[in-house]
Amino acid sequence: MTDKKIFGVTALFNEPNAIISAARKVADAGFTKWDVNSPYPIHGIDKAMKMKPSKLGIVTLIFGLSGAVLALILMYWTMSVDYPMIIGGKPYFSLPAFIPVTFEVTVIMATLSTVVAMFAFFFGLPRNSHALHDTDYMKKVSRDHYGIVIEAIDPKFDEMATLQLLKDLKPITTEIIYHPEKENYPIFEPRFIALLVGVAVVVSIGTYLMLNKLVYIVPFDWMEKQAKVIPQSGSEFFADGRGMRLPVKGTVAKGFIPYPFEGETNPKEVLSNPYFPTKENLELGQRKYLTYCSPCHGNYGDGDSRLAGQFPNPPTLHSDRGRNFSDGMIYHIITVGQNVMPSYASQVTRDERWAIVNYIRALQRAKNATDADLKLVKAE
Amino acid sequence: MSTDYSVEAPVVAGRLTIAQIEELVAKPMDTKPDKKFYLALTISGSALLIGAVCLLYTFYYGIGMWGNNQPVGWGFGIVNFVFWVGIGHAGTLISAILFLLRQKWRTGIARFAEAMTIFAVMCAGIFPIIHTGRPWLAGYLTPYPNQHGLWVNFTSPLVWDVFAVSVYFTVSLVFWYTGLIPDFATLRDRTTSKIKKTIYSIFSLGWRHSSRHWLHYEKAYVILAGFATPLVLSVHTIVSFDFAVSIMPGWHTTIFPPYFVAGAIFSGFAMVVTVLVFVRKIFDLQNIITIDHLEKMNKVILATGMMVGYAYSMEFFIAWYSGVQFEQFAFLNRMLGPYAWAYWTMVSCNVIFPQFFWFKKIRRSIPAMIVIVLFVNVGMWFERFVIVVTSLHRDFLPSSWGMFTPTLYDFGILLGSFGLFFTLVILFTKALPVVSIAEVKAVADGAQPTHHRGEHHD
Ligand code: HEC
Repeated sequence: MTDKKIFGVTALFNEPNAIISAARKVADAGFTKWDVNSPYPIHGIDKAMKMKPSKLGIVTLIFGLSGAVLALILMYWTMSVDYPMIIGGKPYFSLPAFIPVTFEVTVIMATLSTVVAMFAFFFGLPRNSHALHDTDYMKKVSRDHYGIVIEAIDPKFDEMATLQLLKDLKPITTEIIYHPEKENYPIFEPRFIALLVGVAVVVSIGTYLMLNKLVYIVPFDWMEKQAKVIPQSGSEFFADGRGMRLPVKGTVAKGFIPYPFEGETNPKEVLSNPYFPTKENLELGQRKYLTYCSPCHGNYGDGDSRLAGQFPNPPTLHSDRGRNFSDGMIYHIITVGQNVMPSYASQVTRDERWAIVNYIRALQRAKNATDADLKLVKAE
Repeated sequence: MSTDYSVEAPVVAGRLTIAQIEELVAKPMDTKPDKKFYLALTISGSALLIGAVCLLYTFYYGIGMWGNNQPVGWGFGIVNFVFWVGIGHAGTLISAILFLLRQKWRTGIARFAEAMTIFAVMCAGIFPIIHTGRPWLAGYLTPYPNQHGLWVNFTSPLVWDVFAVSVYFTVSLVFWYTGLIPDFATLRDRTTSKIKKTIYSIFSLGWRHSSRHWLHYEKAYVILAGFATPLVLSVHTIVSFDFAVSIMPGWHTTIFPPYFVAGAIFSGFAMVVTVLVFVRKIFDLQNIITIDHLEKMNKVILATGMMVGYAYSMEFFIAWYSGVQFEQFAFLNRMLGPYAWAYWTMVSCNVIFPQFFWFKKIRRSIPAMIVIVLFVNVGMWFERFVIVVTSLHRDFLPSSWGMFTPTLYDFGILLGSFGLFFTLVILFTKALPVVSIAEVKAVADGAQPTHHRGEHHD
């Protein structure tokens, strides 16, 4: 027994008034590492023990406020910056509509932080290895007794003198409490590692099956497998395999103007360009060219797009042939297509087509710039 | 039986000592469950099973199995959701609001009421999720960064609901668990079984009943109660926004938030009384959950019942006073339309029957109060039914009017939710202390020092 390390001395009382006066005496004796244990909080024990009021509220305040701020920032960023959408005619940052969520996030942050901070940081719990556990003392104060414990780490502690001090308080019993013998919990015990590996394997297989198999079986795939139009695949609903119906023959779209050279491969005559290559016009042309033409002809018309080799190679637009085309001829090619190049009439409007033509002209001139052109650029 | 209101009735009757209180509360956990326990569990378990089967059918074939249709797109799913969330409110009211109001009588019933809150919110939470039709995609309800680049719509009351209910559940659970920790420690120190001791040790976190801990603990309890109070008010307010923020006649009213909160407390207290009456009898807790406590709860039922009655009449008044034709029609349709039977069930159960609680005899009579609170439970379920169904089935356009007929699956799932609730309640009574041991000890006779030697506080 004697070689065990002493944790402290305890005294038990069975009456709330007695514990208050006892606590007052121990506090007056100048001890710091001591405590009173009772099955429920006793009124006035804080004064008797000379304890300072709890500062827990600071944690609540800090985390509560940051919860409010974080919630507002999240809602502001998602609803006004990342994916702005007008909903119900409200502004992007609609404070009244954000209040409920802000409030809820504040509450959850404040309460969780308070509880976690209290148990984990203020009390150092969970801790089931404390010396007081499993002692008679603990069993009594857990039920209907009130106890004082003075710890050995207190600078004023002296086994005999402190025990005497407690005895003078007329408790029902006193007890000396020793540290329990240290137990070892080797982390690398094979069985523990095997358990970890087992859990990891089960969780991985489970996740894999859930995400890759389960969601593709009945009934989870019913949304996917319904009779609906699926892009890039034929529909079984109509005989012609099309998902959408073609307009009735002879339907004319709003604003439609017939193109006079429709269907001709080498028109004798072409339209003339009604637009000057102004800055706006060229910018429009650039946008449309990059969207509709560059995937094949390359960003600068060199025919060097990433499609090269996978498709009948799109030609460069800087060949002599390309440069000698009239504006109207390029317009014609965009409108009706040429050999494997399809018509782009349905994607780009008439005005946009002319803008593209102007932009191609600018590209061609840039690729074959004369000294005079260079001077102009430098002058700018 | 003390009925002299000039002196406060003792919180714990029968002059129990502190140790006796502990014995009484811990008894169900120390003894093996008896036949009655298994019988009750079988009944509630069967109800739960019926609900589970109906749910499986719903998952497999979709919510076409339910009575929901156009125009009544919100059938039993939403009715049950609002009903169960409402039930939950009483627990938080008892544990948090009455705590802040320094009502010592709450100690005997707080733990149980909080447990009921948690179980009721669990029942409630199921409904909006299954109502979506594809509950396995419920994760989309949370704002998380995803490949679609999409976020939830934070201006929608339905998203507020997700936040409110999940925060409410979490905070209730934490509040409950915080209260349970000292009791776990007490159970740990009294049990003789090794397995139980390990379990209790883990859950008690190694609590040592230290006064230095009690100091912060009590502070934390006040803080939690302080947050739970506005939280519980916010939850049913937000639930009412699901309706009030829309433009449906009969829903689009500003009275909804306070009306819903009062209704929630009303129905919740009724449920707490329903269950406690049996629990105190079965577990011999008459001295801890006294007839005075039940009477006080009946008074709350009476008061909130009057508030609900006021709200019913005020809705009518405003419908008439606003001069909005659709609003007027919606309320006349409630009273005289095809669902008039539901409306009058609601009014008689919620407004007329609680009036009996004006009589002290009835407030303190167990059989009478059982009857009345059962009526209140039924009435409050019908209130949600009336709100949801009568507004939807006849809105602005007569061409889009329709009727709602619930199917067997609707009823099966409703039954199942009661099964879940009572199964959890029954398991709880055997697994955990149904009364807070530490709190009740603290208010027992002679538990607190009588004199403070000159220095006075509180
Ligand atoms: C799907 C790939 C593809 C796209 C997109 C495309 N083209 Fe073509 N384009 C071709 C191919 C392939 C040819 C060569 C056709 C042939 O064999 O005569 C061609 C030919 C041309 C020619 C004639 C060149 C010549 O020397 O005969 C012009 C001009 C032209 N495209 C302009 C455009 C414009 C302007 C756009 C944007 C609206 C565009 N193309 C979009 C593939 C494409």
